[in-house]
Amino acid sequence: MKILAMDTTTLVMGVAVLEENKVLGEVTTNLLKNHSVRLMPTIDRLLKDLDLKMTDMDVIAVTSGPGSYTGIRIGVTSAKTMAWARKIPLYSESSLTVLAMNGFRFPGLVVPIFDARRQRVYSGVYRTCGNKMEEVMKQQVVSIHEWLEQIAKREEPVLFLGDDVQSFRELIIQHLNERAVFGDPAENIPRPSQLGWLIWQKIIQGEKPESQAFTPNYLQLTQAEANWLQKQGNGESVHESQGRENCISSDGSV
Amino acid sequence: MIQKQSLVLGIETSCDETSAAVVADGTRVLSNVISSQMEVHRRFGGVVPEVASRRHVERITLIIEQALQEAQVELGDLDAIAVTQGPGLVGALLIGVAAGKALSFASGIPLVAVHHIAGHIYANHLVKPLEFPLVSLVVSGGHTELIYMEKHNHFERLGQTRDDAAGEAFDKVARLMNLPYPGGPQIDRLAVEGSISYDLPRAWLEPDSLDFSFSGLKSAVMQLMQKAKQRQEEIRPADLAASFQHAVIDVLVEKSIRAVKKTGVKHLLLAGGVSANSALRVQLSKRCEQEQIDLRIPPLELCTDNAAMIAAAGTFLFYEGKFADLTLNADPGLPLTYS
Repeated sequence: MKILAMDTTTLVMGVAVLEENKVLGEVTTNLLKNHSVRLMPTIDRLLKDLDLKMTDMDVIAVTSGPGSYTGIRIGVTSAKTMAWARKIPLYSESSLTVLAMNGFRFPGLVVPIFDARRQRVYSGVYRTCGNKMEEVMKQQVVSIHEWLEQIAKREEPVLFLGDDVQSFRELIIQHLNERAVFGDPAENIPRPSQLGWLIWQKIIQGEKPESQAFTPNYLQLTQAEANWLQKQGNGESVHESQGRENCISSDGSV
Repeated sequence: MIQKQSLVLGIETSCDETSAAVVADGTRVLSNVISSQMEVHRRFGGVVPEVASRRHVERITLIIEQALQEAQVELGDLDAIAVTQGPGLVGALLIGVAAGKALSFASGIPLVAVHHIAGHIYANHLVKPLEFPLVSLVVSGGHTELIYMEKHNHFERLGQTRDDAAGEAFDKVARLMNLPYPGGPQIDRLAVEGSISYDLPRAWLEPDSLDFSFSGLKSAVMQLMQKAKQRQEEIRPADLAASFQHAVIDVLVEKSIRAVKKTGVKHLLLAGGVSANSALRVQLSKRCEQEQIDLRIPPLELCTDNAAMIAAAGTFLFYEGKFADLTLNADPGLPLTYS
């Protein structure tokens, strides 16, 4: 079973092909260039390099967000259209979870971060749990100050991942001191092969693919919708701050 | 031109309509599925680009699937996929372009990139084959242009608006008058009950110019309303709607006739969303009858954004082998220059 995985949710564009749990090929770039122009030619080239055709693919995998709204939509639209055209299943995974996979063996908490501007971040708190990363604190868009305060309460080492972490580095150290650990360059970019592997695990666990009405998970309403709701006096909280906590151990063992 | 057998899928997502259609030979509409977001945007008083883009992603493959089902064709039966490349809202256009490219790549069916305005002009081809040379008046919320066509896929702009599009002027004036969104059809409806009793300006610009300008007219309406308020006079909405609409249509009709005379063509085409305006249809028809010009007006369902018109225009790009590759990108300011 071959999986074509793609991610365009941030500046990093990634395309990978997996044969079940074996990575056949992977392309990642980290450029301020247009995903709309480059995604399909990159898929085309990788398949050609691997002597494969679109008809050889059995599953399409895509990151569902969060990240750049436009970037998310390019990936999701391309993926769902290819899956529909080939009549093959479409699976998705959070872009934060994919990035968190780069901290898979870290003995502590793993916190992937994408800048959401205005001192806010898209983030979640993860811990290794079996073959995947379990969300300890649910992914959300949150003020970086508030987020670090919450994370600091957990007295564990914390690995921060993502290129955007750099701009919050000092603030992170202020909150966590020596408990803060930072990813190395290779760990800071999401890997499409990790996406592919996460999807393979979903498949063998019998998870159902996405429906045709599948939509990205932007993690926040549009500004217009948020303003409208507020005007209706209906400013309900859109985000929950606490997620599941299945893996209780604080030392990272599972 | 030799008419070849062809089956083309059109995809249109330039604004707030997600649409897919199947057209045979560039003339026969086998299906034309339009999922309008008007209800979604009404509460915001206009189209919100981010909201539109989110909706397009959700609907796109469902709409394409429905278009194929209604046309009773399989994906593999298609000869080409035609997608709107621009102009329009960039985020919205990107959905159609991404879907078109992915579909083309996954199926091996060639892709053609269509200009949205070309699509509006080709809506007329779905009624009766275009006869060249011709002039087309394209009027919508985003465009007011006079286009000269010598042959298929060949567009020359004779004039365009220098500020607001005609449809935009309708929407802005409707908002001034507190009419519900979308404003254009509201003004059209209201104007029927009114008389042309307010004196409003018409911008003719330079004597030989085929350009348009509607921002002065909008300002004049605003001033008229303010003055009335200061003098505590009642504005008669129906009369204001009729007077404003007449001022817009006067210029549209006159400049179209001038463009026809200047180029010496026999055929005038009306295209774009504002073609649905009843007074414009009546006045342009009357005038063309007097001047013995063959006027083509698309039926109402083909006036607003739809994918059948994109498929029709795309069919002629397909006939001429003008294909797009996988690097195709959405272009919100795409000029109508391909020939």
